[in-house]
Amino acid sequence: MDVLNLESVKEFQVRERVRDVVFLQNDQLYAVAQKKYTYVYNRHGTEIHCLKENRQPLKLEFLEKHFLLVGTNNFSQLHYQDISTGQVVANYRTGLGPTSVMCSNPYNSVISLGHSGGKLTMWKPTSGKPLITMLCHQGPITALAYHPSGNLVATAGLDKKIKIWDLRKFEAIHSIQGHAQTLDFSQKGLLALANGSRVQVWRDKGGQDFGLYMTHGIAKGYQIGTAKFRPYEDVLGLGHSMGFSSILIPGSGEPNFDSWVANPYETSKQRSKKEVHALLDKLPPESIMLDPSSIGMVRERQRKEKPTKKDIEQQLETAVQEAKSNVVIKKKTKGRNKPSKIAKRKEEEVFNAKRPFLEKQRDPEGAPQEKKRKVLLEVAEDLPKSLQRFVKKKSV
Amino acid sequence: MEQKVFRNYDPNLHTQEKAVEYTRALNAAKLEKIFARPFVGAMDGHIDAISCMAKNPNHLKSVFSGSMDGAVLNFLWKKNRKTVCQFPGHQGAVRGLTSSTNGEVLISCGTDCTFLLQLILLLFVFQPLAVYTWKHAFWGVDHQWDTSIFATAGAQVDIWDHNRSEPISTFQWGNDSVISVRFNPGEPNLLATSSSDRGIILYDLRTSSPFKKVIMQTKTNSICWNPMEPINFTVANEDCNCYTFDARKLDEAKVVHRDHVSAVMDVDYSPTGREFVTGSYDRTVRIFNHNGDHSREIYHTKRMQRVFSVRYSCDASYVISGSDDTNLRIWKSKASEQLGVILPREKKKHEYNDALKARFKHLPEIRRIVKHRHLPKPVYKAAIMRRTVTEADNRKEERRQAHSAPGSSSRKPFRKRRIIKEES
Repeated sequence: MDVLNLESVKEFQVRERVRDVVFLQNDQLYAVAQKKYTYVYNRHGTEIHCLKENRQPLKLEFLEKHFLLVGTNNFSQLHYQDISTGQVVANYRTGLGPTSVMCSNPYNSVISLGHSGGKLTMWKPTSGKPLITMLCHQGPITALAYHPSGNLVATAGLDKKIKIWDLRKFEAIHSIQGHAQTLDFSQKGLLALANGSRVQVWRDKGGQDFGLYMTHGIAKGYQIGTAKFRPYEDVLGLGHSMGFSSILIPGSGEPNFDSWVANPYETSKQRSKKEVHALLDKLPPESIMLDPSSIGMVRERQRKEKPTKKDIEQQLETAVQEAKSNVVIKKKTKGRNKPSKIAKRKEEEVFNAKRPFLEKQRDPEGAPQEKKRKVLLEVAEDLPKSLQRFVKKKSV
Repeated sequence: MEQKVFRNYDPNLHTQEKAVEYTRALNAAKLEKIFARPFVGAMDGHIDAISCMAKNPNHLKSVFSGSMDGAVLNFLWKKNRKTVCQFPGHQGAVRGLTSSTNGEVLISCGTDCTFLLQLILLLFVFQPLAVYTWKHAFWGVDHQWDTSIFATAGAQVDIWDHNRSEPISTFQWGNDSVISVRFNPGEPNLLATSSSDRGIILYDLRTSSPFKKVIMQTKTNSICWNPMEPINFTVANEDCNCYTFDARKLDEAKVVHRDHVSAVMDVDYSPTGREFVTGSYDRTVRIFNHNGDHSREIYHTKRMQRVFSVRYSCDASYVISGSDDTNLRIWKSKASEQLGVILPREKKKHEYNDALKARFKHLPEIRRIVKHRHLPKPVYKAAIMRRTVTEADNRKEERRQAHSAPGSSSRKPFRKRRIIKEES
C-alpha cells in the first residue's frame, strides 16, 4: 500500500493464514510469517526466499542495524536469523509458552517478549537466558511498546491494566485502568492504545506524567487489531476488522527528518547505495546489550568488598539470636525434662552458631606459625633485596 | 541534480552510534591495510650502488643521485622514471651531493681510487661549472642556506665559496676524518658534523673554531636537523638507533628511536618536521615520528638491498631510497594515502575514517590491525634476538642493583647510556 495516495502497490493471495508482516532493510523487501514458514517477498509480490528454519512463526521483528530477523514461533522459541547471510544466529527456548507479543528496544536492539504468565523477558542473541525478567501483570500480557528513547516501555495486560515502566529503575511510573489490544509509541512519545473500536492517545505532560491527550472512536462493531504511528507524519494508522483507516494526531511525528537516516526524496540509486553502506556497517550480534554505550569502555576492576569487623560482629549476634530462638525443646516424660539439660542444649546450639565466625576470625593470623612468618616477612622488608630470601628460608 | 541534505542530530534517530562507529572504525582499519601499497616505483640507471642523494629545490619530482662508480644522475619520477641527464666528471665514488637553495648549483664530491680528490660544481647546463681538487678525499658536502657558501667533510671540515678555488676556512677537532656535515636550517652559520672517532661536533662559522663535541659509543653515519625545530637534530647511529638531540644540551638524547636491527645509514627530515625517514643496513626504510621511540612505518622489498641514502621529498608525500642494488625507489610517505586529485567527498570520507581510527585506537582489535606490519624474516628474527639480548641485559642489571649496596650504583637512562662524554 502506498500511503501517500492510499493506493495499493501490490495485492496478492498466499492462500494461507498470514500472522505477521515486517519490512526488511528497505521498502523493496518484506518478510511474512505464514502458517508454516516465514517467506520473503519483494515489492512485486515475487517470493524471494522461504525461511524454513523458523517453523510456524507467530510474530516477526527486524533489527535493521544488525540485519537480524527475529521471530517467535508456536514452540515458544525465539529465533534470530541473519538475512544478509542466511545464517541462524541463535535459537532459544523461552520456556514461558508461545507468544506473539514482541517488541524491540530501539535504543539497544534488545528484544522484549510478553508472556501469558504476565512476565516480560528481554533477550539478546548471545545469551540463552533472558537478560531481565519482569513480572508486569497478574494476567497475560497482550501488548508491548517501546518509547523511542528506549527508557520507557508500555505493557497492557488482561488484568485490565496498562502500565508504563521506566527501564532505568524497573518501576511502573504510570498505571492506566483498561484493556488494550494494541499499543504504540510515536516518535515524539505519544502513546496510542486501542481496544475494541476505541482509540486513546496519551501524552507525557512533562516529568513523565502521562495524561489523556485525544480519544477517537471508529464505527461501532469494528474491532481494532493494530494501531501504528506513521514515522515523520502526524498520522495514526488503524488496522481493524473491516480494513485500514488513519486518523490525524497532531504532534505525534518527528517534523525534521535526517537525510542520512530516512530520506523521503530518495532516488533508486541512493537507495541501493544506502543498502550497500548498511551492509558494510552491519553490526555484529554481540553488539546487542543492555547498555550499548559500554562498547569501547574499560572494564571496571572487580574488587571484593571485605566485611568490616563491625559487620562480622553483627552477623555473629544475629546468628546467635537465631540459634537461641530456634532451639526446640521437646516435651518429654517427667524427670527427663531437666532444666540443666535444656540449658546445655541451648548452649550447644549457640556454640554451633558461633563456631564458623570464630574459626574465620582465627584463621587469617590465627595459627602461631603463620604469625611468626608474618613477623619475619616484615623483618625481611627492611633488608636489601639480595638478603631477603635467606630470611624466608629460615622461617620455613 | 543536487539534493539538499537535511540533518537532525536527535540521538533517538541515530541509535547505537557507538556500536556503529566502532564497526566503521574496524572497517576503516581493515581498509587502511588493504590500501597500504607504499611502493610507487624504482628508477634504474646507475651501474653501481647509490651512495648519496640530493633533492632538487626547483623541481618537486626530481632527485639527484650519486653512485659508487662516480656517476651523478638526475632522475624525474613524473612520467617514465627515466634518467633526465648525467653529470660526468668523477673518477671515483661520489660520496656527497647537495644543491644550493636556489637550485642552480649542484655540488658533488667524491673519492677516486687513488685518493685524489675532486670537487665539481655543476650548473644546469649539464657541464661542470668548476672542478676543484683538494688534498684529501671528501666524504660529505652540504650547502648553506641562501648564500654561496658550502662545507665539505673529509680529513677536516672545509668551508668553500662558489667563486673561490681554495677553502675560505678550515676546522678540525682531533685527527679523525669527518663523515657527514649538515648546516642548520634556522641559523645558517651553525654546522653539525659527525666524525669517525664516534663524535658529533658542532661548529659555528662566526667563531672560526668548533664549540661543542659529544662522543658516543658508536659511530654516527649521518645527521639531519629538524627544519621546523632547528634546535633539534637527529643522528643515524651505527648501533641501530637514531638519537634526537637538543643542540643546547648534548649530554643526553631527547629521544632514542629504536627499531632498526642493523646500522642506520642515513636520515632525512620531512619538510613538516613532524617525522623523518631512515635507511638502514638491514635493507629496510623506516619512518619515525619526530618524538616517537618506535617507527610508524617500515618499507622493504625483496629486491632492495642495503640502503645507503634516503630523502624525504619536498612536498612530504614521497620517500626516496637509494640502495646497494643500484636502484632508487620511490615510496609513499603514508602507505595507504590516495594519490591524485581527491574529490571533496572522498576527502571528507578519509578524514572521517581517520577520526574513527583515532577514537578507537586503544581497543585491542583495532590496535592489532593498525599496528601490524609484515617484516622480512631476517629482520623479524634479528629483532627477536635483539629483544632477548636487551631483556637479558636489563635482568642482569636489576640483579646487579639488588646485590650492591643501596645507592652505590646508579643506572643511567638509555638516553644517556650511549653517550660517553661531552666536550666544549
